Amino acid sequence: MSITVRGGEEAIDASHRLLEARRRGDPAVPELSAAQVREQLGLAVDRAMAEGSLYDRGLAAQAIKQAEGDLVEAAFLLRAYRTTVPRLGFTEAIDTTAMLPERRIAPIFKDLPGGQMLGATYDYTHRLLDPEPPPAPFAGATPEAAGPVGASRRAVDFLLDDCLVVEERPDDTTTPFDLTRDPIAFPPERDARLQTLARGEEGFVTAMAYSTMRGYGRAHPMPAELRSGEVVVELIPPELGYPIPIGAVTVTECEMVTQFREEPGEQPRFTRGYGLVFGRSERKAIAMALVDRALQTRELGEDVLYPAQDEEFVLSHADGIDAAGLVQHLKLPHYVDFQAAVQLLRSVRERVDASEPEAVPA
Amino acid sequence: MSSQATADPDAERRVWLGVLARSPVEALGQHWEALPRQPAFVWLRQPEIAAVMVRARAGGTGRRFNLGEMTVTRCAVRLEDGEVGLGYVAGRDKRHAALVAVFDAILQAPPGHVREAAARAVEDLADLLDRRSRERAARVATSRVDFIMSVAGNEALCP
Repeated sequence: MSITVRGGEEAIDASHRLLEARRRGDPAVPELSAAQVREQLGLAVDRAMAEGSLYDRGLAAQAIKQAEGDLVEAAFLLRAYRTTVPRLGFTEAIDTTAMLPERRIAPIFKDLPGGQMLGATYDYTHRLLDPEPPPAPFAGATPEAAGPVGASRRAVDFLLDDCLVVEERPDDTTTPFDLTRDPIAFPPERDARLQTLARGEEGFVTAMAYSTMRGYGRAHPMPAELRSGEVVVELIPPELGYPIPIGAVTVTECEMVTQFREEPGEQPRFTRGYGLVFGRSERKAIAMALVDRALQTRELGEDVLYPAQDEEFVLSHADGIDAAGLVQHLKLPHYVDFQAAVQLLRSVRERVDASEPEAVPA
Repeated sequence: MSSQATADPDAERRVWLGVLARSPVEALGQHWEALPRQPAFVWLRQPEIAAVMVRARAGGTGRRFNLGEMTVTRCAVRLEDGEVGLGYVAGRDKRHAALVAVFDAILQAPPGHVREAAARAVEDLADLLDRRSRERAARVATSRVDFIMSVAGNEALCP
């Protein structure tokens, strides 16, 4: 229960001043700009965007600065900002096959047409803290060296050629569920699950994925492809009636091939899990693909035995901002609740005292 | 997205709107300044910041789902000769949306010096975008890797 709190205006004003001072830190140290955050803390920006569920690198950088780097708070600021602008509608479904990858790896393939490109990754760094990171300007590569730029085929398509995996077929007859408009109904369809996971808190989604690999879920994940890069976004302006490109977003996509199963009358095939996240966020994309697969347990007729397979458990607790809100609201005054609890405790004690049997002789 | 030249006016407009929306606003501004004449226009819709829900597909090709929202800025202008231009750009740059709308209107105007200059601007901007993509691809290609590992199932299991 929450109650209305009145009073404390002066203290709150003073708290805001203290917050401003702490946020600024030592005035002798130059102030950070939002542009510096955007350019130099890019992965933090991407995480705030993904969990704030609003793609805007500039706003996310501003939010991170304002939140002193608290990414859940920054995501909250982005959600709050979002409520101040109207929604124009929906984009066309982005075509991630047409992505121009900045990184593309396909762990279960030896040779992949189009090649595997490590791109910028921490995977092969030594994880040694550099006392003073050396400046490393990238030696320019000539555009001619790249040859013609074209999209690569999806790695999973090569498995489809060989009938090794189930196919993901489009179905544009239904309107995708929208979490921002409707509460989720259980059991949810896959569109509701994917939207919830895409904006879910990274730590939670990762922990759920981790649990499936550690024995709390029969996961046998094999990553077919992990890539990130820009994809063009198109929407249909009502004035035109046909789609036009409005810009691009960077996304990270993970295609996971998982345990095989047999449909009646069909040959056994590997099942699939899918992860797609705003910005560069491989951990989240991989985790999302694992949890997407775990949440197919009911649909695929398997037994739901573990937390990560439980749709209601996972989807009800994936949102970092909801979770932070409920956990942190405990900081607000609760003395009315507490007094009620104390009263209850007293009445229980009185009853216990009244009914207490005579002391049993030793 | 298709960029093939075609006689379909909608298809041509789609291409130039895409180039203008994806171009850096600084480059677009320079092309605007460089036009032989900056046509006067009135707002049909003042630049407005909004959000759109970005959709994607499960498995990249399957059922659609809502990935998350993005900011977008839109506006509409009318030139003194009556052409109507639209600006829809990702992000919150009102000047960018305005420049897209004005260029869009000019590109629909009857042939003339200004329209030709605008068409050249779009070509230049398309070249710039292409060059940037190729530079980026070339940088990424330097990290192409050939791990030594065993082959995943390479025999077709089709019936």
